[in-house]
Amino acid sequence: MRRYSAFAIAKEALRHNTGWQKAWRSPAPRKKYDVVIVGAGGHGLATAYHLGKNHGITNVAVVEKGWLGGGNTGRNTTIIRSNYLQDPSAAIYEKARSLYETMSQDLNYNVMFSPRGVIMLAQTHHEVRGYQRTAHANALQGVDTRWISPAEVKKLVPIINLDGPRYPVLGGLWQARGGTARHDAVAWGYARACSAMGMDIIQQCEVTGIDSAEGKVTGVQTTKGQIACDKLAMVVAGNSGLLAEMAGFRLPLETVPLQALVSEPIKPCMDVVVMANTVHGYMSQSDKGEMVIGGGTDGHNGYTQRGSFHHVEETVRALVETFPMISRLKMLRQWGGNVDVTGDRSPILSKTPLGNCFINCGWGTGGFKAIPGSGWAMAELVAKGEPGPLTAEFGLNRFREGRFIDESVAAGVAH
Amino acid sequence: MSQRLATGGRLIDRSQPRSFTFNGKTLQGYAGDTLASALLGADQMLVGRSFKYHRPRGVVASGAEEPNALMNMGEGELFEPNQRATTTELFEGLIARSQNHWPSLDYDIGALNQLAAPFFSAGFYYKTFIHPRAAWKHLFEPFIRKSAGLGQAPKGADGDIYEHYYAHVDVLVIGGGIAGLRAAHAAASAGARVLVIEQSATWGGRAPVDDDFASEINALVAELAAMDDVQMRLRLMGAGVYDHGFVTGYERLRDHAPKPGAPRHRLWKIRAQQVVSCTGAIERPLSFAGNDRPGVMLASAMRDYVVNHAVAPGQRTVLVTNNDDGYRTVLCLLDHGLEVPLVIDARRNPEGTLAAKARARGVTIRDGYAAAGVRGTKRVTGIEICPIEGSGGAVDTVECDAVAMSGGWSPVVHFYSHCGGKLLWDEAGAFFYPDAAKPPLNQSGAGFVRCGGAANGALQGAEAAQCGGQAGAEAARALGLTAPVPSGPAPEPQAEAPLMPVWVMPLNADYHRRSHTWLDFQNDVKLSDVQLAAREGYESVEHTKRYTTLGMATDQGKLSNINGLAVLSDALDASIPQVGTTTFRPPYTPISLGSIAGEARGDTFQPLRRTPMHDWHEANGVHWEPVGHWRRPYAYPRSGETVEQAVHREVKNTREALGLLDASTLGKILVTGPDAGKFLDMLYTNMMSSLKPGRCRYGLMCNENGFLMDDGVVARLDENSFLVHTTSGGAEHIHAHMEDWLQCEWWDWQVHTVNLTEEYAQIAVVGPHARKLLEKLGGMDFSAENLPFMGWAEGQIGGFDTRVFRISFSGELSFEVAVPAAQGAAFWDRLVKEGADLGLMPYGTEALHILRAEKGFIMIGDETDGTVIPQDLGLHWAISKKKTDYLGKRAQERPHMTDPARWKLVGLETISGAVLPDGAYATAPGYNANDQRNTQGRVTSTYYSPTLERGIAMGLVLNGPDRMGEVLNFPGTNGQIYRARIVDPVFYDKEGAKQNV
Repeated sequence: MRRYSAFAIAKEALRHNTGWQKAWRSPAPRKKYDVVIVGAGGHGLATAYHLGKNHGITNVAVVEKGWLGGGNTGRNTTIIRSNYLQDPSAAIYEKARSLYETMSQDLNYNVMFSPRGVIMLAQTHHEVRGYQRTAHANALQGVDTRWISPAEVKKLVPIINLDGPRYPVLGGLWQARGGTARHDAVAWGYARACSAMGMDIIQQCEVTGIDSAEGKVTGVQTTKGQIACDKLAMVVAGNSGLLAEMAGFRLPLETVPLQALVSEPIKPCMDVVVMANTVHGYMSQSDKGEMVIGGGTDGHNGYTQRGSFHHVEETVRALVETFPMISRLKMLRQWGGNVDVTGDRSPILSKTPLGNCFINCGWGTGGFKAIPGSGWAMAELVAKGEPGPLTAEFGLNRFREGRFIDESVAAGVAH
Repeated sequence: MSQRLATGGRLIDRSQPRSFTFNGKTLQGYAGDTLASALLGADQMLVGRSFKYHRPRGVVASGAEEPNALMNMGEGELFEPNQRATTTELFEGLIARSQNHWPSLDYDIGALNQLAAPFFSAGFYYKTFIHPRAAWKHLFEPFIRKSAGLGQAPKGADGDIYEHYYAHVDVLVIGGGIAGLRAAHAAASAGARVLVIEQSATWGGRAPVDDDFASEINALVAELAAMDDVQMRLRLMGAGVYDHGFVTGYERLRDHAPKPGAPRHRLWKIRAQQVVSCTGAIERPLSFAGNDRPGVMLASAMRDYVVNHAVAPGQRTVLVTNNDDGYRTVLCLLDHGLEVPLVIDARRNPEGTLAAKARARGVTIRDGYAAAGVRGTKRVTGIEICPIEGSGGAVDTVECDAVAMSGGWSPVVHFYSHCGGKLLWDEAGAFFYPDAAKPPLNQSGAGFVRCGGAANGALQGAEAAQCGGQAGAEAARALGLTAPVPSGPAPEPQAEAPLMPVWVMPLNADYHRRSHTWLDFQNDVKLSDVQLAAREGYESVEHTKRYTTLGMATDQGKLSNINGLAVLSDALDASIPQVGTTTFRPPYTPISLGSIAGEARGDTFQPLRRTPMHDWHEANGVHWEPVGHWRRPYAYPRSGETVEQAVHREVKNTREALGLLDASTLGKILVTGPDAGKFLDMLYTNMMSSLKPGRCRYGLMCNENGFLMDDGVVARLDENSFLVHTTSGGAEHIHAHMEDWLQCEWWDWQVHTVNLTEEYAQIAVVGPHARKLLEKLGGMDFSAENLPFMGWAEGQIGGFDTRVFRISFSGELSFEVAVPAAQGAAFWDRLVKEGADLGLMPYGTEALHILRAEKGFIMIGDETDGTVIPQDLGLHWAISKKKTDYLGKRAQERPHMTDPARWKLVGLETISGAVLPDGAYATAPGYNANDQRNTQGRVTSTYYSPTLERGIAMGLVLNGPDRMGEVLNFPGTNGQIYRARIVDPVFYDKEGAKQNV
């Protein structure tokens, strides 16, 4: 892999950029791999990357039915934070956040991680108490968060309206080390690094069936033929239920649309990420200048990757109320993705009823921020065949045992 | 120079001059001008700077596809960035400023970026700014952010208002050109209810410029206007098509005539059974070096300005074309006395009628040639030409001050695509058009969108008109109506020679030229950028888009997408349809967030629910707390009193004398029917069917996972009816929860539920003097014998119709009195008046919380958080052992739920008497496998108790009830460690003597 640097750019500029190599190869699938990962989104690629980097397993194929990074990785609002309430969540999201800090250097690909800070607004007494509880929990979990006053909120976000007639801002939970990253770059950076390790990323290759013998997985059927493997990792977000069905088991989750939108680009006016869960909306400004806006999921199940307008309307209302100046901006584009949501709103990283088949799903509306931590933990699970400390609590069995990791208990339900 | 012509101008009214300012300079235009035409008429060709290189840019288009002419418009609370000058109607006093430059439009320091352009190739920022790590946040990112963005950010609140409007129609026709008008006419004639909408201020679309449909357009508009079931709207753009025939429309009511107090935009929410999209087509630029110079314009836009506004973008215009349509501009310019020194046609021997006409009028046509470059910086001064197969070495240069480019047309298929309609590629015309076999499907699985006219690929005038009529008739037939094949003039025989697809000009352009050929004008994406993306493996069209930012600008690729796609497919050696398009997403052009929010702002942001006593609270110094959509009194501070002091006074007064609480927000659900008891037995953990009429029982409700979700008192009204009280926050979702079970699971049970929450005012009369007060009002026997604890009675109190429940959430003698909502305020007033000499004071929610915490009563949302089961809270007594089933029972038998080592409810008392911090955790020795501190409990409620004059708290602690007296450490976020002893959660009146009198 040729290293990216300012020097390489200068050199290429002088020869008309003719010397750049492909960021990743596009090989035909081989007959067999040690590990096949289904899904070349952020989580799948991060799993592959850490299988190679942490465990020396590089005979890996990542198969993808569309284009890599084309699912929720390329559709989310790019927020990264780890101020979760429950211990297992805080552990994996904080692992992810800390890996984001060095991701550009680790991958030699600028993913533009921007630790600009995330505020979660409290607008009811109940929410104040919820975030104060989270602040206490975070302090013990090693997650750097702080409860801040309305005045501090205003200082960080001059465009906010603290005194809305319905839900005045009562304070916020501030995570200075949270922020955003360039979502596509995360997928591309991982893909490039995986490809450089000799892994095969096979796009336009849809899995149509799962082969097994004696209760263990032996390979996958795909639109590009049969691919054998010793171990299989399913990392396909909104399509998890469909894939699990092929493997002969069911998952305790539902697939629902989640939408987002951007405004036209304007000059910098907001330096941090703000989430307002009482009114259901969150917003940040991209480096390009667009206000990036998200809200809650649609109320119905669906696989269309588009949602209903009234949800967009509710989100925009909430944010116009919170940031009145955006009323005079225009919505440039709205889009949707399919997210898989579990009963306790926490992910599943688990062994499955099928031997040597592992699953990583259920990140719901908050998967992007978890990508590197999820990949790290999933790679450990796949490599060792048993859960490590980061995945121990996220097994499928927790639903049978009632051992939920419910994050909606803190005031915020949005991720 | 560009200038106003002495005569003509179809849309302008020269008797009505309009003055406006551009960058502080006052200029003149006419009513009927767009801002763009007025600027051009005033010789202002340079109108903005591009996003990345700050290149000087001029107007390139005449409509929604304009990428360059974006303005900061207006001032103060009416300021708006990124307004397209081409779709902004001119009005008197309009204030416009160009964007993205410093210090001025003419001299922009940012333009130095161009010098570094070779280093700023596609995706360069992914390859650099990596080291040192901190530099991205502190140096590179702030710099990039500052250089990026376009318009200024608005400041403060919006001075305009907005509204929503709902329409239900049989057929919605989007686009009021000749095709759309014919479609509307055909559908309406068949009996359909039709709405036809047009984004601009005039009917007819391109037809009046390109063809002679003027009389037919006037006739159709008049005829449609006279039809009862036809609605016609100008300045109303189709914005997005969604599932189930839902369409959004964006009506710009006041952008052309600002008027404070009247809505600026109206968002239409249209339910249409059939949608006919007659949205025309958009001309494509040609890709040659220097095609972004001010003065290079779409050929169609040029003739729009000449015909519609009598504005000549240039005096000497060269046409660069690959098709016959471009010659329309040549003929138009000649007709208006303008010079056309040269036509550069990529094709050899163009033989179409239009080309022949131009030739006959003495125009020089260089066929088989290409534009090799454009001279000039802030304005075109000449054009270089070379053979089409060449690499760009110019063989000739022609002086000119404008260049018209015509690269063929792309149908506007957005409304077909928003909801999943598929496209086909037309080889001859080189465009995507709707695949009629794969339309977007409605709720019945039938297609509900079709395209007509140019949007369907019928680009020629007469053909487009006929196609529109057919689409309208087909839409009517899809509704089961009878629609005849529309009549009208038969299309003329094809008079235009075929187009020659040219995606780079000249075909073998050298690197220098390819790196100076713009695909996406606004985002500065060049031909070489797309080629580089392909070379680096960003092969999916979505990868290329995202890597280069092609098509991500405010025009969303209306000009650039097909050209970029063609370059990509060429680089990949794949066909264009194989590469495919990016996804078309709403809205068609950007729509204001204000219009989406509509009327829901400020006080009307969400409905405000008011109890019958709301005004009294307001008039008596209430400090409000928002609870869902309600406002509840938090406390009633008196003058000179803090909120906290007020709360303490209210607590003490209620304990010692008499308190009054507005409990109207409490959920009140009537559950009635022969199976009501059986139903409630399933809903609650305890037995409700055994409750006797006249009695109340406290109950717990769990979800399927066994977690406690709500609690409250159930009163049995008669054999078949129960009144279920829920928490204030639970009223709606508990009612929905009931209906969910009744409708989906137990649909054969005879139970009916009604949410009566707002039908009754409910007032808690609490304290040692509670009975005295009610007796003073009279009308009922309030003795303990007649109305014992947990009993209820119906009757009159002081002449009011009431239902009295003897229940207590405070530990004091307490009567909760419900009266019909309409009598609530009067009853409250009466209680306040009669209670004055008994020491009555109203109290708010915070006093309520403290009173209940002193008594160790749990509060849903405090002691519970969705992870707590009743068993954790010591509420075993409220869980029936006799019942075979209730919601949550099976879940509560799961291993983790029956694990003895759970966190359980206890009281907590700090050693120092201080108040424990809310939400604090009790630490346990050591760290877990993820290096987090071990914990063994947490605070769920914590208050200063005015009664006990010390901090009291409730919490959940590992094996808590077995560890009475033990002291735990609770670290605060302030660095202090609070030490608290585990005690009984009932701090006050453990025997319950006070409530039972």
